[in-house]
Amino acid sequence: MSVERTPRPAQTELDDADRRIVNRLQAGLPLVASPYAAVADELALSEGELLYRLERLLEAGVLSRFGPMYHAERLGGGLTLAALAVPEADFERVSVLVNAFPEVAHNYRREHRLNMWFVLATETPERIAEVIGEIETVTGLAVFNMPKQEEFHVRLHLPV
Amino acid sequence: MTQPTSTTMIPRDEAAPWRLRALLERGLPLTERPWLALAEACGMSEGEVLAWVERWRREGLIKRMGLVVRHHALGIRANAMVVWDLPDEHVSEVGRQLAAEPAVTLCYRRRRRLPEWPYNLFCMIHGTRRERVLAALDEIAGRHGLQETPHRVLFCRKAYKQRGGRYTREERI
Repeated sequence: MSVERTPRPAQTELDDADRRIVNRLQAGLPLVASPYAAVADELALSEGELLYRLERLLEAGVLSRFGPMYHAERLGGGLTLAALAVPEADFERVSVLVNAFPEVAHNYRREHRLNMWFVLATETPERIAEVIGEIETVTGLAVFNMPKQEEFHVRLHLPV
Repeated sequence: MTQPTSTTMIPRDEAAPWRLRALLERGLPLTERPWLALAEACGMSEGEVLAWVERWRREGLIKRMGLVVRHHALGIRANAMVVWDLPDEHVSEVGRQLAAEPAVTLCYRRRRRLPEWPYNLFCMIHGTRRERVLAALDEIAGRHGLQETPHRVLFCRKAYKQRGGRYTREERI
């Protein structure tokens, strides 16, 4: 599996139709044979235009993903948030080591002594502890594992 | 996005739902009949694919079919993880209150890591600029009486990696 680097595209301007598409689809896609036609209809667009715009938004990096949002634990997988306190001079080197793990889904640099924050998504819950052990071995740093204990449901999306 | 390569129907087999799940993790094809494209790629009928996805949704494996917006590309560049140290007996109630705030996009109770990390409630606030995020946070803290609650704001300086979770091994495809 390749390591996906996050590009930093220039700010993309959305027009009114793009905004309507993004806001509508953050709420979900209907489970029907022709879902794009159904959504296009709601938005008063043609199906071809909706598909064209979605492709363009994905290419521009405005949308990182289009598909199912999984509930990792119910899939039998593991999911956690973890952090490292990385010495400033080592930050780039350690980020390459951590991102090389396919189980690392997100990795953000944040302003704190714990400055590297990443999400681990694994096929089994047991694999979380193994990956943490492997990350500690390759980086020589202690991983602070902060698994979720309770989720509070938020409004589905951020309007754009 | 991966396009299906096979157009021949393969006899039904037990691994087909696994293949479907793995293909779905890569995203839904952008074609007029996306479920049919997936069906052809994993050896099911379109109806079977829809039935599996409906079942996974009912069972809660799939929370929803939708999209992930990369806020940064839209100029929503300030992304703050706000963490709070709340008494265990209050954390759930405050979590529910914060989750109901429109500015809060994620809200979780997480395990403390004492002594280094005393915080047990995590929420995300996004905005175009830091000042806006901090102003929103001030209002939220005021509304819920959290001004004196120990908290920290960890702004994001850079996203190094961002993708959906992969829960199915590639070799199962």
